[in-house]
Amino acid sequence: MIDTVPLWRAAHGRTGDKGNRSNISVIAWHPALYPLIVEQITDAVIAAQFGHRRPSRVQRHLLPNLHAMNVVLDDVLDGGVNDALNLDSHGKALSFLLLELPLAVPPALRPLLRGPAA
Amino acid sequence: MRAAYSRAMSSPAPLLIGCAAGFSGDRTDAAGPVVQALVASGRPAVLIFETLAERTLALAQLARRADPQAGYEPLLVEMLAPVLAACLRHGARIVSNFGAANPAGAARRIAALARELGLPVPRIAVIHGDDVSGPEHRALLLDRVGPALEGRAIVSANAYLGAEAIADALRAGAQIVVAGRVADPSLAVGPAMAHYGWAADDWDRLARATMAGHLLECGAQVTGGYYADPGLKDVPGLARLGYPIAEIDADGHCTIGKPAGSGGCVDEHTVKEQLLYEVHDPAAYLTPDVVADITAAQVQDLGADRVRLSGVRGHARTATLKANVCFESGWLAEGEISYAGPRAEARARLAAEILRQRLAGLGPLRADLIGVASVFGDDAGRWLHATPAGDAQDVRLRVALRHVERASAERLTREVTALYTCGPAGGGGVRTALKPTLGTLSCLLPREAVAARFSWLDERTAP
Repeated sequence: MIDTVPLWRAAHGRTGDKGNRSNISVIAWHPALYPLIVEQITDAVIAAQFGHRRPSRVQRHLLPNLHAMNVVLDDVLDGGVNDALNLDSHGKALSFLLLELPLAVPPALRPLLRGPAA
Repeated sequence: MRAAYSRAMSSPAPLLIGCAAGFSGDRTDAAGPVVQALVASGRPAVLIFETLAERTLALAQLARRADPQAGYEPLLVEMLAPVLAACLRHGARIVSNFGAANPAGAARRIAALARELGLPVPRIAVIHGDDVSGPEHRALLLDRVGPALEGRAIVSANAYLGAEAIADALRAGAQIVVAGRVADPSLAVGPAMAHYGWAADDWDRLARATMAGHLLECGAQVTGGYYADPGLKDVPGLARLGYPIAEIDADGHCTIGKPAGSGGCVDEHTVKEQLLYEVHDPAAYLTPDVVADITAAQVQDLGADRVRLSGVRGHARTATLKANVCFESGWLAEGEISYAGPRAEARARLAAEILRQRLAGLGPLRADLIGVASVFGDDAGRWLHATPAGDAQDVRLRVALRHVERASAERLTREVTALYTCGPAGGGGVRTALKPTLGTLSCLLPREAVAARFSWLDERTAP
């Protein structure tokens, strides 16, 4: 059985916003972790994690050279900085919601994880 | 040092571009160490300040309405005063969008500052053409934005200009270039075009310089700012962060670094986070200058806080320029009250319910329980609703609503204050705020409708 860890142990990221669209980078801490992320952190998994924000579209752009993917979430910011009532109207904190997703990591790759074990 | 802005027989020395601001209100002591490093290098150098977020320009336009001399970056003097003498003495050019809604006003203030500091008045170029709020553009805006614009009280309308007018000004000998709305990366592309003599359709080089500018444009966000996460992503010296300096070579590839001895860090991870920041399709990052493609980009950690970006490709720029139209959209009302100790969360939830009933019919009301659930949640309250009631002992209720009428929005602030006497026990620390709000509509304008050019500061011209 393969244990899961939170995604933040395998990757880091930053959120940006333009209007009602959010983009979140997911950057592997190590190249060997990148394929796991691509395989498991799918559009559907991401859409479910952001379900309460009702994304109209979730799109992953893969950047294998950078061992990163750029996740673009449409219509998740309650209108964006001009219209949202959220204190965080830019959605700046949303990368941390994405990085809470579980990732199954085989034992051989576990030494590549960062941060304290949960 | 002298920047070699004309086409030399041999290729000019690599250009250094330092960035000392990533938004309006950034640290005003950032520029000092950057300029010191630029000067110490003895190389051709440019200092940029990026101070215009999407809505900053509308706020500046409102400031200019109140005072015709105002409307440029409020911290202009605080930003420039510590470094102006060194930049002028050593030939480091200054390029910025800190002109905001009044680039000519900013240029006049810089000339005055130079005199106050006992310096010769520099050659200052002012970039024109971004402001499309005048009557001559109204029909075009209505056509391009559509019916959503009808009946709006327009505050500002600005097209995103590219790098060409900046490059023209530098080639003509400008020591300082003051712009309003230009695409953020163009602040770096303009100097690179001028320095290396690139043509306006040299797509690969323009794209590479664009991504260098993209790495610079948020200031410390590439040098360890907005990155730290203790125990996982530790960054030294955040209280004295060094701002970035890019070395751009003759093909546009860049190496990002920061002043020696400054705080922060530059490694492959800080650079990747900023490279993808606010990017959507990485194969088509659109600016007025070029369509940049980073799908084959390489980020190479050179050690010692230096990272090289290469592999960026460029494609022909689009036929249109993006423009933002800002308009008055109503009022945002917010209120907060704290509860602590036994049953604090239950009392905060009860207070929220009271406000829902008192403000029913005014439109959507957002309620947050700060300390329980207040950030990831949606305005409709689905997230909070799904958060089981707990026993948090230190909770701040925060509510917010928007309304087109000031008097209606103000009712929220009064109802939150009334919780002192009419709400649950022990509520304290009420704060309320009522602010006018701006809306933004975007459109694409044909390039030929926007006349970007520079002129020299003429101090005889009245504002």
